[in-house]
Formats: sequence, structure tokens, C-alpha cells
Amino acid sequence: MTTVETRRAAGPGYRRPDADAPPRRRRYIDWSQPFVYLVALVAGAVAIGPVAYVWISGFRTTADLNADPAGWPNPWSIDNYVRVLTSERFWGNFFASSLVAFGTTLGVIVLGVAAAFVIARYNFRGREAMYALFAAGLMFPVTVAALPLSIMLRNFELHGTFIGLIIPQIGFALPTTIIILVPFLRAIPNELEEAAAIDGAGRLSFFWRIALPLAVPGLVTVGVLAFVGSWNAYLLPLLILGAGGMPQDFWTLPLGTQQFSAQYSVDTGAVLAYTSLAMLPAIAFFTLAERRIVGGLTGAVKG
Amino acid sequence: MTTSIEAGPAVTAGPAPSPASSAPRPRLTQRGRTRLEIGILAGPALIVFVTFVILPVVLAAYYSLFNWNGNGPLERFIGIDNYVRALSDPVFQHAIANNFAILGLSLLIQGPLAIGVALLLNRKLRGRTFFRALIFVPYVLAEVIAGLAFKLILSPRGGINGFLESVGLGDLAQPWLGNPDVAFGVMFVILTWKYLGFAILLMLAGLQGVPQELSEAAAIDGASWWQTQWRITLPLIGPTIRIWMFLSIIGSLQLFDMVWVTTKGGPVGATQTMAVYMLQNGQGAPGYGSAVAVILFTISLVIAVIFQRAAIRRDLAGALTTTGGR
Repeated sequence: MTTVETRRAAGPGYRRPDADAPPRRRRYIDWSQPFVYLVALVAGAVAIGPVAYVWISGFRTTADLNADPAGWPNPWSIDNYVRVLTSERFWGNFFASSLVAFGTTLGVIVLGVAAAFVIARYNFRGREAMYALFAAGLMFPVTVAALPLSIMLRNFELHGTFIGLIIPQIGFALPTTIIILVPFLRAIPNELEEAAAIDGAGRLSFFWRIALPLAVPGLVTVGVLAFVGSWNAYLLPLLILGAGGMPQDFWTLPLGTQQFSAQYSVDTGAVLAYTSLAMLPAIAFFTLAERRIVGGLTGAVKG
Repeated sequence: MTTSIEAGPAVTAGPAPSPASSAPRPRLTQRGRTRLEIGILAGPALIVFVTFVILPVVLAAYYSLFNWNGNGPLERFIGIDNYVRALSDPVFQHAIANNFAILGLSLLIQGPLAIGVALLLNRKLRGRTFFRALIFVPYVLAEVIAGLAFKLILSPRGGINGFLESVGLGDLAQPWLGNPDVAFGVMFVILTWKYLGFAILLMLAGLQGVPQELSEAAAIDGASWWQTQWRITLPLIGPTIRIWMFLSIIGSLQLFDMVWVTTKGGPVGATQTMAVYMLQNGQGAPGYGSAVAVILFTISLVIAVIFQRAAIRRDLAGALTTTGGR
């Protein structure tokens, strides 16, 4: 009973926070604090455990691993890591992943922001339809398009090329990009556009000089999402690079790592090292861009 | 009645005025110029999107009506035979069942688990940023890389079996991904490991939006911590929960990468999914593969639409916002 009343009473207060804030009185016995830390520790350990196993086991020799798969490195050997890091193959995979991810990100930002600008700031018939078309793209999974897409690319003679992978990835990243960017561009006050028009700027130069700089935070968010999506992608690279005849030294990292582990399955140490090193870029990138990734992923919820 | 009429124009009048209309140029040129701008700006995105996203899906629907190996001309029209064949294949039926089992288990197990952990972590906690980063690690890894890591850990001579033997539980050691009795459960555990962190972070973000004042007010009224969570916090993060459910449903139905690198749907179809079946049977026979793709797409779409009708639309009405109006 009382809780229901409280909710009713608190509702309007939440919407109009200008009312004098009640004095903060929050004092109940925190018997659960140690329990909270325990849960946090367990959750953290479970999350990082498998990753740590792979990283640490990478420091063991294959013979050592075969004798006892769960042991601690004794002695620590950087052999596996050195071998992987001096192989052309790993760097080829790394280069391919970087090239494809940068290409996809750049492409999706350029095409996405231009289209989002049109949807956000032009009045024309078909604007709603255009937005609906892109939004519907969210429901078109890569899985469904994959087979016809690879046949199509074969006809365009783009099968097995980087550009043949980058362009479809741009297409599949466009819906999210446009849905995130449209509100950003729409939020720019009309007064700015009017002022620019009085100063003789057309809408294109308004776009270039004012809207674009103001949309930078949004561009960073969609850029990070597109980059991570491309970096982790598997199905399209498998069908376009893998089945398309690109040499395996220039497959993207997920594909290349899988191929390496299939080819050298006996050399467990090397496979562990290859897998660990393939994890590093994503984790490094994540620590740099954590805010953006989390913000981008949860943005839809707050809207 | 009157309110709605007044409200209509008042809302649209805001963003409507077009600032450049006072320019002295002739009207037609102005309009032509606008069209040109629209074409230049939106054209490339539209072309790429329609050609590489929409068209392949349409083509899939078209190819699915043919008996075709992908090379020769499309000649042997067979109507819905591909669909009949797929839906009557026990392997594919099992794949559909697996997708739905993962869907159900995700909602029933991952959801409550994520909410519980998020509620606990949504407090002042030393090193919260650090814990958050740790929990998120599985999600940022490529599904393939995570899958390969688990393949190493769960292999017959992998870390888990080694650990079991060293603590004297060697009897439990087994090929975790190779035993048809346990492979599906193991797959679900891996998926939970991969996606629970994302669910927790999503719930935490939703919890940040719940005003502190509400639980303070409840505490003053003598509500216990659990009562507050159950009666106030949970209903308020309803929209977040439903969005997570939606993402989880779609993800479960389209599951591919993880299964492909760890088990390829085996052993004996124990972890088979629709997408894995599609690639296994469709690479040499795009007609048949396309029929499977269309079935997958239709199932996802129908469930997404039903879910949106049933759950997400309620959020537009908004629990908090309507109480003022009523």
C-alpha cells in the first residue's frame, strides 16, 4: 500500500526537479556490502577467467601443455608469442582486419551522415519513406543476405577482394548509423541554419561548416560501433574473402585465427598464443573507447 | 477534440519553417537545386544500401523457388519444393528447436541473472569502473575468437579436463563439445558467458535512469531494500528489460559464429542452428540455402513483430508519463 502511494507522489516530483530537493536521508544498515563485493568479484573472475587461461597458457610450451593442460607456466616461455609475432601471417591478418575496419568505418560515416542530414533537415515527399527504408534494414540480417550477396559479388568480380567486403559491410552498418545520427542533426537549432542562410551560406555549406562539426560526438559513436562490428565480423569475411580466393595470409583476424587453429591444431601452444594476440586489439580498443561503445549500445534504451 | 486540433499544428509549427525561402532566386531553380542536393547527399547511401542489403534479401526469396547450384542459368523452377524439403528435414527441424531452446533459456536464465547482478552492482562500490570493464570483456571479443578460446579450454586435453583430473574428479572429464548429451548445455553456458556482461551493462544503464529520490522516499516510508527493488526499480527499468529481451530473441534466432567455430552444429546435430544449417546445405545449392534463409528471416520477423506489438509498444505509453495525464 504505502509503496504504491509513494510512487504516485514521487512521479510528478521526478518530472519537475525544480522543486526544493528533500534533505538526503539514506541510512539503512549495509549488511550486504561484503556480499555485493563477493558478487562483483565472482562475476569479474568468471568473465576474465577463460581469457586469462588462454593468455597464461600461451606462455607454456606445447610439450608442457600436453603433459598437464591445466598447469601454471613452468618455466614461463615467450616462445609461442615470439613465433606468432614474427610470422608474416599474423601481421597480414592484422593488416587485413585494420584495412577492412577503417574502410568500413570511413565509408559508413561519410555515406551515413550525408543521408542522415537529408532525412533530418530537408522537407520533401518521401522523407519518411526513406527513413523507414533504412530503419527496416535493422531487420535484414547478414545471414539472410549472405548467399545471394556472394553470388552477386562474383558477378561484379568483387568476390575475394577487400572492397567487395567493405561495401556490403557499409550497407549493413548504415541503418544503425542513420538511426543514431538523425536525432543528432535534427537537434541543431533552426536559428543556426537561418543565420547561416542570412550570411549567404547554402544548405550544403551549412552542412559542411556547421552541422558536421556539431555532430562529431555522434559520428564518433557510430564510428566506434562500425569499427567494432567490422573487426569482429565473421560470416561475410568467411564467404567473401575465405570462399572468394583471397590468400589466407590476408584474411581478417577472426577468419585467420580460425584457419590457423585448424591447421596447427597439434601445436597447442602456438594456437593459444595466436588466439591471445587476436584478442588484444579488441580489448585495447575497448578500453580506449569504452564510454562510446557503452553509450552507443545503450543509447537506444534512453531514447 | 479541441485540444487535439490545437495540439496538431502547434507541434508541427516548430521545425517546419524553411529558412532559405526568402532567397531571391526563382522558385523552380531553388526546387531543382534542393533535389540535386538531396540526390548528392542521400544517393550514395541509398544505392549501397539497396544494392547490397535489400536486393540480396529479395534475390534470396527469388532463388528459393529454383533448383539451382549457383552456376548455370536459373531454369528449374520448382515452386515451394525447397521450403517443403527444408521443413520436412528432421535435421532442420532439430535446428529450429535448438534456436528456440536457446531463446527460451536466454530469457529465463540470463535475464534474471543479469538483473540480479545489476541491482547488486548499482550501488556505491569501490572500483566499479574496473568491475564494469571486466564484465564487458567477453562481449567485446569477436564471437569467433571467444569460441576458439573455449574450444581450447573444453577440448579433451584442455584446461577443464586437466583441472578436473588434478583435483581428483577425473571421472567427470569428457569431450565437452563432443558428447551429444552435454554439448548443447555447454554451448548455452558459453553463450551466457559471452552475452551476460552486455545484459548486465544494459540493465545498469537503465538503473542509472531511475531517480534516486524514489527509493529514498520508499526507504522513508519503511520499505525494505527488496521491496523497493521489486515494486519501484524493476517496473521502472521495464523498457530496458524489454529492449534486452528483443535483442536476445533476435540474437538467439540468428546464432551462427559461435556454433560454427566450436562444433559446426555437431555432435550428431546436438548444437545445430538454422544459420549453421543454411551454410552447410546452401553453399553448393543457393536455391535450397535461400529457402532456408527465407524461413529464418520469416521466423525472426514474425517473432519481432509480435514482440513489438505485445511489449515494446507499451513503452511508448510510458508508465511514468501517463500518470500525470490520467
